Amino acid sequence: MSVDLSQFLQTFFEESFEGLDTMESGLLELDPAQPDAETLNNVFRAAHSIKGGAGTFGLSAVSDFTHRMETLLDRLRDGKQAVTPDAVNVLLSAVDCLRGMLAAIQNDQALDADAISTAQRQLDEQLGQVPAGDAVPVPPQGAGGGHTAGPEGTPPRGSGPGGGGGGWWIRFEPQPHLFATGNDPRRLFQALQDLGELEVEADPSGLPPFEQLDPETCQLAWTLRLHADVDEAAVREVFEWVEDDARLEIRPLGAAGTEPAPVAEAGSAVASADEPPAPGGGAAPAAGDGRKPAARRGNAGGGGNSSSIRVDTEKIDALIDMVGELVITQSMLSQIGKEFTAERLEELQDGLAQLERNTRELQENVMRIRMVPISFAYSRLPRIVHDTSRALGKVVEFQMEGEQTELDKTVMEKIIDPLVHLVRNSVDHGIEAPEERAAAGKPETGTITIEAYHKGGNIIIEIADDGRGINRDKLLAKARSAGLVEDGSELPDEQIYDLIFHPGLSTHDQATEYSGRGVGMDVVKRNVRSLSGNISVRSSHGQGTTITISLPLTLSILDGQLFRVGDQTYIVPLVSVIESLQVDAGKVSRVTGRGEVYHWREGYVPIVRLHELFDTEPVRRELGGGLMVIVEDEETYLGVFVDDLLDQQQVVIKSLEANYLQVPGIAGATILGDGTVALILDIAGLIEMSRGGRRQPYIPEREDSDEAA
Amino acid sequence: MSQDSEAGTLGEDRKAAALGSGADTVDAMQAAADGDQYLTFTLGEEEYGVDILRVQEIKGWQRVTPIPNTPHYVKGVINLRGTIVPVIDLRERFGMSAQEYSKFTVVVMVRVLSTGGRERIMGLVVDALSEVYTFQSEQIRPAPEFGAALRTNFIRGLATVDDSKMVIILDVDELLSDEDLAIADDQSRIAEVVRAAGPGGQDHE
Repeated sequence: MSVDLSQFLQTFFEESFEGLDTMESGLLELDPAQPDAETLNNVFRAAHSIKGGAGTFGLSAVSDFTHRMETLLDRLRDGKQAVTPDAVNVLLSAVDCLRGMLAAIQNDQALDADAISTAQRQLDEQLGQVPAGDAVPVPPQGAGGGHTAGPEGTPPRGSGPGGGGGGWWIRFEPQPHLFATGNDPRRLFQALQDLGELEVEADPSGLPPFEQLDPETCQLAWTLRLHADVDEAAVREVFEWVEDDARLEIRPLGAAGTEPAPVAEAGSAVASADEPPAPGGGAAPAAGDGRKPAARRGNAGGGGNSSSIRVDTEKIDALIDMVGELVITQSMLSQIGKEFTAERLEELQDGLAQLERNTRELQENVMRIRMVPISFAYSRLPRIVHDTSRALGKVVEFQMEGEQTELDKTVMEKIIDPLVHLVRNSVDHGIEAPEERAAAGKPETGTITIEAYHKGGNIIIEIADDGRGINRDKLLAKARSAGLVEDGSELPDEQIYDLIFHPGLSTHDQATEYSGRGVGMDVVKRNVRSLSGNISVRSSHGQGTTITISLPLTLSILDGQLFRVGDQTYIVPLVSVIESLQVDAGKVSRVTGRGEVYHWREGYVPIVRLHELFDTEPVRRELGGGLMVIVEDEETYLGVFVDDLLDQQQVVIKSLEANYLQVPGIAGATILGDGTVALILDIAGLIEMSRGGRRQPYIPEREDSDEAA
Repeated sequence: MSQDSEAGTLGEDRKAAALGSGADTVDAMQAAADGDQYLTFTLGEEEYGVDILRVQEIKGWQRVTPIPNTPHYVKGVINLRGTIVPVIDLRERFGMSAQEYSKFTVVVMVRVLSTGGRERIMGLVVDALSEVYTFQSEQIRPAPEFGAALRTNFIRGLATVDDSKMVIILDVDELLSDEDLAIADDQSRIAEVVRAAGPGGQDHE
């Protein structure tokens, strides 16, 4: 083939990972009691296209493996084998295994042969073929199936049993529409001939009477005998492109090149290979999965680190329209510029206003390209619930709402892990065992709901369960014994629940494989904070827990408060600004004669003179009557003394790191209207600096060190 | 460019001497038969050269936005068509006396490759641009050791033009490595800032 396929390889990987996601969510959705044909079809189709793609790229390990999955799925689909929880689980682990294989191939790593052979054996068991070298090929399962049964028991990278010594007997029955797909049997035969001596025997039995003959359909079938010492994969490769449009049967030729055993027709052979339908009923359906996940809308991303993004053509069309408008405005303006007279001032102003509108629209729409529906982040969750609840013997119904809520791709990629953690926590800590639930008068099936919606400029994600809730007193007692809360002091509920985000605190008496070690929630909180988001907990004992995450829509634009120190303009994120005030000299106190604090809202806030911290020349040094911005990060307050307050405006965040380094106290930079650069302050870093703590560029673990030099 | 041919013949004589160590430090990829081109500029009396393929563009001096708590030779950042690019004063980097910036001050934008294959754009403030020379790799001789007094790892080698003028060929990747740009480099200033900011921290906790 002269086409360079490597350029499509990346696309293949992306599509395959999507396909795997589709399979996964489809499988999870599958209710063994009433398997939904459409869902099965979706799963089957996804497997089929992975197989096809893998074959095209010569990834025989992947296509062989997928072929087994496909065979099993096909039987489930055709109702030849019952959908059992076991079968679904085997398929799910096969999906995992396949994902691993693809990732390994993508990263040029070695395949995990053990995992593959385990998954393969499980699949074979489901197919009723204990791995013994039962070399009898399974005949095709009806022409309509559109796929062929392959060699069973092949090694992962193998290419079929070595039974090709005597050549191959091939039965090729194309479907009538073969020609319409651009395939010509003659070429296939020529390709076969390249492999060795070929006998072709056409079977005209399917031909209709002459007057009904449609020359554009293929009514012939062929029986071929290939006398060549090649393996089956080589033969199959020839038919790779027509596999879907034909019924294909390949068997080793007998020693004398004779016909192999008469073609057993589908029914009997399959029946013998099929496992008797598993005893249903007894095995409770594995964790109902509630709502249908949004799997059918092409799932992208899938947790992989691919840097591409799928964009709706609609969004691109909108962009093109907007750029068109921009061009029109530009030409209008340049025309005014060429023949400018004082009378045309109004026209110019109109034009500029239009330009501003165009630019803003364009900017908003470009931002929207980065927005992806949160269903991508959701896609992993049903699996987590399924696996965790199964392992813990709980029955959980998982509901997902607001799948179409859009958020920035970067934000989404970073929120997946926290969501997984929270959902797993809900299953483990929140939902009780069925007996416990029954005893408490609740339905045995617990419910976990995840919901996403927009509110203001934020996206809110709520994870709610109807489990046992957080034991407030137990938590408080633990916090007391850990010395986090002083004995005798009472805290509002809100603050008590917030303690779960404290590292090392868990109300679970026993750590499980899944959660309860007290690590995790603090990481979740840190991740959310790193996205400039917030997380809060509401819980009522015995009723359940709701965790609310609030995230900014995008990370690349920020609402900022501009201010000036010396001749430089700085920006603080508006979300961190609590109050801007004029300093009342009477409220300034000194501690140990040096540190300055400001009496503010019944407390004392340390004052930071930015010019000292940043070593610049200020306009004003006198605190009294000057301006101060009170900023907050994680409930630590800081008064930043500035020369002048300027506008509040939206700024585009530019990385300082891209061409330089991360600088303590600086979150990034932006370009102001006049083209100059202004620095955006990092409040957490400023607080750190003001404490004289670390000033290393990156601070992975926050540690307070109050050793002032 | 009249010096080219002469520099070429001079190089032949030194071939043997330089081959051992100088040749292999030179970017082999560009070592075509006709040699590599170097853009040279002056700092005071000295002439320096950088691989011309690393030079992205040349700009006049423009106002920079200083970045707090960085080494003094990092003058600040500028807006280079929407990206934020740091500007480094080479005179100060080399510990030479600072000079007033004028409208003739030139900023050479170079591409710097750091470990991990990351490419960054940085600006170098120099006194004036000089020439473009072509040197064969063997014409570039290794810099002598100056002992502890002078770090020379950012000097790729020395080349001679007109039999008299020496051009110091810089390795921009070494010159602008992370350690050289990092904040920790400037100990005295940090100590100062910590002193200034310290007290606030004590009462806070």
